[in-house]
Amino acid sequence: MDSLLDLIGGVLLVMGTGFLFLGGLGLVRMPDLFNRIQVGTKATTLGTILTLVGAIFLHPEWGLKLALIGLFLLFTNPLSSQVLARAAHRIGIKQSPATKVDRLIELPWRRP
Amino acid sequence: MVDFLVYLSATLAGAAFLLALSRFLKGPTLADRIVAFDVLTIIAITGIVLVALDEGRSIYLDVALVYALLSFLGVIVVARYLERGF
Amino acid sequence: MRIGREKVVLFATILLFWVLLNGTLALDSLLVGLLASFVITILYRDGFSPFTEFRATPAGFWAAGCFLLYFSKELVRSNLKLAAIVLSPSLPINPGIIKVRTTLKSRMGRLLLANSITLTPGTLTVQLEEEWLYIHWVTVEATDIDSATAQIVAGYETYLEVMYG
Repeated sequence: MDSLLDLIGGVLLVMGTGFLFLGGLGLVRMPDLFNRIQVGTKATTLGTILTLVGAIFLHPEWGLKLALIGLFLLFTNPLSSQVLARAAHRIGIKQSPATKVDRLIELPWRRP
Repeated sequence: MVDFLVYLSATLAGAAFLLALSRFLKGPTLADRIVAFDVLTIIAITGIVLVALDEGRSIYLDVALVYALLSFLGVIVVARYLERGF
Repeated sequence: MRIGREKVVLFATILLFWVLLNGTLALDSLLVGLLASFVITILYRDGFSPFTEFRATPAGFWAAGCFLLYFSKELVRSNLKLAAIVLSPSLPINPGIIKVRTTLKSRMGRLLLANSITLTPGTLTVQLEEEWLYIHWVTVEATDIDSATAQIVAGYETYLEVMYG
């Protein structure tokens, strides 16, 4: 018989990987790079954090290390997406035809 | 029951990995592949945590931490390469 | 050599990270950590850590707690929203890059703001230029600066203003 904590942990694991799955699906379905980055960052961040919290419920003695991994991802994950998005915009990656406005084009140094 | 949940989440993570891999292979631009690579890495980190849970060994968590560190640097470096072109 | 407050904060942050990573306060690992943190602190030109410009006052800590709660709520909301978009067969997106303004001055405050915006519903910071943030929005709801700022930035700014200024 499993304890309640273990069950909560297991459910969190499934929820987390479920979000990862949605992220993968979004990566395939979204029409252009920027939308893909959006789905990629958000879904994987929450997915991984839920998984890590679930693991903390299953193994409380690993809590410190798991929390460190989560904290690190929370800081670096959006950062790498932002850098990549800026680089992509700067080299003129095509955006989907559905795109309404692009105020970033106004910045003069964008096209060398 | 918990074992079943761990296997279920491993299956979900595997499916997510395959989806991201298809984007990685399809591209079409280099930047798309890097996004897919970033997602693949994070799914792999989750996978390593799941393996650690299944085996009950915490040494794998160090691997996950270092992997997270390296993938971040990798994406930053490639983004710099895209921007400056060297 | 002048030892600024920033260097000390950076040193303490690295050492804290080391101790957490090792999970022990044994003398030998602590000595290695002290040495490594010291060398890294010396090698860095400017010390920059999450606590660099943090205002360690009761109001600051309270704002940090509120910020964490608000951020967690937004993170979940953003994922549910994107999940709904990804799962719907017609893929209802309306993307665009818009411009918003921030009043934050400190580096760490702006970094946290940009990171938080990236993790809020449907928005992704693309570029930070002086006081302007350029943001990719999956479902553009407002194109003018003021109403976009009110929708995206204002929620975080109230807390970050108190935490970092």
